[in-house]
Amino acid sequence: MESTPRTPPRKSATFDDATLAEIRRAASTGIYDIRGAGAKRKLPHFDDLLFLGASISRYPLEGYREKCGTDVVLGTRFAKKPIELKIPITIAGMSFGSLSANAKEALGRGASAAGTSTTTGDGGMTPEERGQSKHLVYQYLPSRYGMNPDDLRKADAIEVVIGQGAKPGGGGMLLGQKISDRVAAMRCLPKGIDQRSACRHPDWTGPDDLEIKIAELREITNWEKPIYVKIGGARPYYDVALAVKAGADVVVVDGMQGGTAATQEVFIEHVGQPTLACIRPAVRALQELNMHRKVQLIVSGGIRNGADVAKALALGADAVSIGTAALVALGDNDPHYEAEYNALGTTAGAYDDWHEGRDPAGITTQDPILAARLDPVKAGRRLYNFLKVLTLEAQTIARANGKSHVHNLEPEDLCALTIEAAAMAQVPLAGTDWIPGKVRF
Amino acid sequence: MNELDQTKTGVRGINSTLQTLPANTNEKHWVVKNPKGQHNIAVGLSAPLQVEIQGHVGFYCGGMNQHSEITIHGHAGVGTAENMMSGIVWVKGNSSESAGATGNGGLLVIDGDASSRCGISMKGIDIVVGGSVGHMSAFMGQRGNLVVCGDAGDALGDSIYEARLYVKGKVASLGADCIEKEMRAEHIADLERLLKAAGRKEKPSDFKRYGSARKLYNFSVDHADAY
Repeated sequence: MESTPRTPPRKSATFDDATLAEIRRAASTGIYDIRGAGAKRKLPHFDDLLFLGASISRYPLEGYREKCGTDVVLGTRFAKKPIELKIPITIAGMSFGSLSANAKEALGRGASAAGTSTTTGDGGMTPEERGQSKHLVYQYLPSRYGMNPDDLRKADAIEVVIGQGAKPGGGGMLLGQKISDRVAAMRCLPKGIDQRSACRHPDWTGPDDLEIKIAELREITNWEKPIYVKIGGARPYYDVALAVKAGADVVVVDGMQGGTAATQEVFIEHVGQPTLACIRPAVRALQELNMHRKVQLIVSGGIRNGADVAKALALGADAVSIGTAALVALGDNDPHYEAEYNALGTTAGAYDDWHEGRDPAGITTQDPILAARLDPVKAGRRLYNFLKVLTLEAQTIARANGKSHVHNLEPEDLCALTIEAAAMAQVPLAGTDWIPGKVRF
Repeated sequence: MNELDQTKTGVRGINSTLQTLPANTNEKHWVVKNPKGQHNIAVGLSAPLQVEIQGHVGFYCGGMNQHSEITIHGHAGVGTAENMMSGIVWVKGNSSESAGATGNGGLLVIDGDASSRCGISMKGIDIVVGGSVGHMSAFMGQRGNLVVCGDAGDALGDSIYEARLYVKGKVASLGADCIEKEMRAEHIADLERLLKAAGRKEKPSDFKRYGSARKLYNFSVDHADAY
C-alpha cells in the first residue's frame, strides 16, 4: 500500500539558516556580531553596468599602439603642492593597529611602485609606512589617535574623515586583542582594552566649523597640502556640496561596500548607500557648484577590477580608492591558509573576523608570529602587479570606447542591465533610451 | 619685543612669521595686536616663543602648539589649544567649547570659565580652569589632568580612560564609568603643582578627584545599560 504523500521540509525565506544562526548566537552571547569588511549582501553594483564600446559613430583606439593616459592631479583647488599620481587608483585609509606594520609597509611599497598614494588610518603614522610611501595621505579622524603636527607636516595630503561607507555615523573600533604595547602607546590607551573611537570630531560640528578647521590645517601646513574630506555614502549630494563649501580640495565618497577593520554586522549591512548610488549625486553637486574636475572626486567601496575603475570614472569620478581588494592582493583570505581558516571556523574567502587579530595571512593582526608571515617586499610587489592590471584593464576599456585618457570616459559610454542600476547610475537601461527617474524635456 | 598687527598682516602673516622662527631665535617675545576674534591665530608654533595676544580670539588659537607660551588677553573661541603637544596657552578670560581637545601635553590655563567638552579626548595635556566647565568635559579623557576650581556640568568624565579630574565645586553629574576616587598624597602633590603653575590660591585639600571605574574597558553585556 502506498504511503501518504508528504510535502518535503520547507525552510522559511524570512527565517533562513543564517538568520536563525544569528538569533542563536545573539541569545548565547548577549552582544552584537562584530566583523570586518564591507556589506556582503547583494547590491546594485558596477557589474550591473556595461560599456557600449565603439561603433560607426565612435572610433576606437588601437589597443597596443595608441596612448591612453591615466595620470591624475589631486588638490588643484587651493593646495600649493597638489599630488600628481600616475594612475587614478589610490590606496584607502587603513590603520596601523587594524593592520600589521608589515602590511602597512607593503601597501606603501606597492602604491609607490605604481605611482600612487596610500593613506594612514585611525592610529597615526608609522615610520614603516612613511618611509615606503612616496605619496602618503594622513587621515585626520575624530579620535585623533597619534595625531601630531610633526606627522601632519610630513604628509603629502590630509584627509579629514567625516565617515566611511561601512559605517557612516560610526566611530572606529579596535578590540583588546589588537591593542598591543606599540598600538597602545601610539593611541595613549591602556593595553588590551576594547577601543571604541568617537564618531564625531571633538572640536567642530557642522560645515561652518569644518571650514575653520580646514583653514587651521592649512595654516599649520603653510597651505601646501591638499585637504581631502572623506564621507560615507549617506547623503552624497548634500555632503559633497557642504564639503566643497567648507573648502575641500578633494572629496572622497565611500559606499557601503567599503570595508572596515571592525564594526557591528548590523551597521555594515543596514546603514549607508551602495557605491553605485552615491556617484551621480556627488557629481551633480560638483557640477552645480561649477566645481567638477576642480574639486576632485575619489570614489571607493567595492572596486575590484579595471572595469569597476573605468565605470566609476565614466560616471564622473577623478580617481578611485581600494582597500579590501588591496588586502586580497597582499594575501588576505588566500586559500593557501585554508586549513588555518577552517580551524578558525571559516574558510578562505569568507574570513572577516579581522578584529580578533588571528589572521593566518599576517595582515589584520598584531601577533608578531603571524605578522612575520607577510613579507612586505613580496606583498608590495603583488599589490603593484594588481594595480598595474587594474590600470591596463581600465585603459583597455577606455580605448575600446575611443578615449585617449581614462578621464574622457563618460556616462554616455554606459548602459545598465537592471532598472535599479539604470536609476542609480542615470544611464539608459540596455536596449532602451529609458533612464528611470530622469525627466525628459 | 616684536609686534604683529592682525589688521595689517592677516592671520596668515602672523602664523607664517611665528611658524618659521627657528628654535634658537633671539626674537622670542611677540605681541599680536588687534586679533579681532579671528580664527586660527598662533597655530602650529614650534619654537619656544612668548606670544602675547592683546584681545579676543576665535577658534583654535594656539592649536597644536609646541614649546611656545601663548597668552590671550581676552576671551577665546572653540578648541583653544586643541591637540597641544607642549608649552603653555593661557586664557585670561573665558574659553568656549572643547578647550584643550585631544591635547597631548603642555599646560592650558583658563582664568575664567570654560564651556562644554573642556578636555574632550585629552591625551596628556594639563588643564586648569579658574571658573567652571560645561557638560561632557573630559569626555573620553585618556591621559593628563583637568583641574576645575569652580563647578562641573553634566556627564563629567563620560567614558573616561586614565585622565585625572579634580573639581573644587559641585559636579552636576558624572558620566558613564566615571566615579569619585580617593585623594592620595600623590594626587595632592600633583594638584598642588598644577595650581601653582596656574597661579591659583585654592587648597588641594578642598578638591575631589574623579576618574575611571574601568568597568567599560572591555565589553560586557551586563554593563551595556551604562551607555
